[in-house]
Amino acid sequence: MAHIALPEGLPGISGAFVFRPETAKPMRELAHVLLHEPSSLTRGERELIATYVSSQNECHFCQASHGAAAACHLGEDDVVRRVKADFESAPVAPKLKALLSIAGKVQSDGKLVTAEDVERARREGASDLEIHDTVLIAAAFCMYNRYVDGLDSWQPRDDGMYAQMGQHLAEQGYLKSSQR
Amino acid sequence: MPHIALLESQPGIRGAMAFRPETARPLNDLVEVLLHAPNSLSPGERELIATYVSYLNDCHYCQSIHGAVAAAHLDGDEELVHRVKADFEHAAISTKLKALLVVASKVQRGGKHVTAEDVAHARSLGATDVEIHDAVLIAAAFCMYNRYVDGLATIQPRDEAMYRERGKMVARDGYVSVSKTYLPAEPVPR
Repeated sequence: MAHIALPEGLPGISGAFVFRPETAKPMRELAHVLLHEPSSLTRGERELIATYVSSQNECHFCQASHGAAAACHLGEDDVVRRVKADFESAPVAPKLKALLSIAGKVQSDGKLVTAEDVERARREGASDLEIHDTVLIAAAFCMYNRYVDGLDSWQPRDDGMYAQMGQHLAEQGYLKSSQR
Repeated sequence: MPHIALLESQPGIRGAMAFRPETARPLNDLVEVLLHAPNSLSPGERELIATYVSYLNDCHYCQSIHGAVAAAHLDGDEELVHRVKADFEHAAISTKLKALLVVASKVQRGGKHVTAEDVAHARSLGATDVEIHDAVLIAAAFCMYNRYVDGLATIQPRDEAMYRERGKMVARDGYVSVSKTYLPAEPVPR
């Protein structure tokens, strides 16, 4: 049972969003800009960063739903598993590996990001905007993950539900709920 | 020097927000609802939670500016802000706020650290579900803002007078209003 009276039947962050619509609105808008609006990083790449950080934070709901959204964008789920397990050996671009390395540092503590980490990303072709967005995606998921876990929200073990949710997120983005 | 080309004239999160106004807007809207909008927790109490979490995350800019906003809401009582950071259990704040600071400090380490006992304790001291929700989300949100500010290596001045003045302005006008001093009027298309 969740720590507070969240509406029943709504998994993960969806229940918290219904409980407090005033904070849900900017949180949805932030995710939408970071993960769904046009960017030089693909939606699949950005969802992989969100999934990786959520996996480092051990948030089941967030890594399952964003992992499903990433798989939907990328047309396969094996790469999602490999990024979570060991992104340096996963079949993703060197630029994304460098950005995932920055995201992993931000997940621990922003001060761990070094000039060398940023230099590596730039050498692999990352722009300042892409580095900015990677840092903010990683930071934002340190918020979303703590929000979902800190309220002890309902996080079903149901791959089919996450696959459906991932498809909704991949197609519609984050402004409206995937729950009816 | 910041990791990316941020405006040197804008310290801390302001430089990052000016760089990316599209994300700055929801970031400012969120902090406005959490810390400045009407709430059964006073603005001073909510700023103390934000300051304490930023202190635990060792983010100089965030703990300084939110500490200054907190002090501005608390009749200029900077000593109280220092006491909360150093040892909130012995600070002159309500028992309810102490229980919410315990919840916030657990969230800072990881949401799963919050126990049913922590929540029951806060409730027994009068905390409502919305107040518990907001304490969790303020703590979670500052785990984002702190990492954003530190992860880009933004400029974080050691200038208490600057934070004190800015703190008074934010306490009076709120975050969205003050953001107009460093954000463009309309989103810049990319």
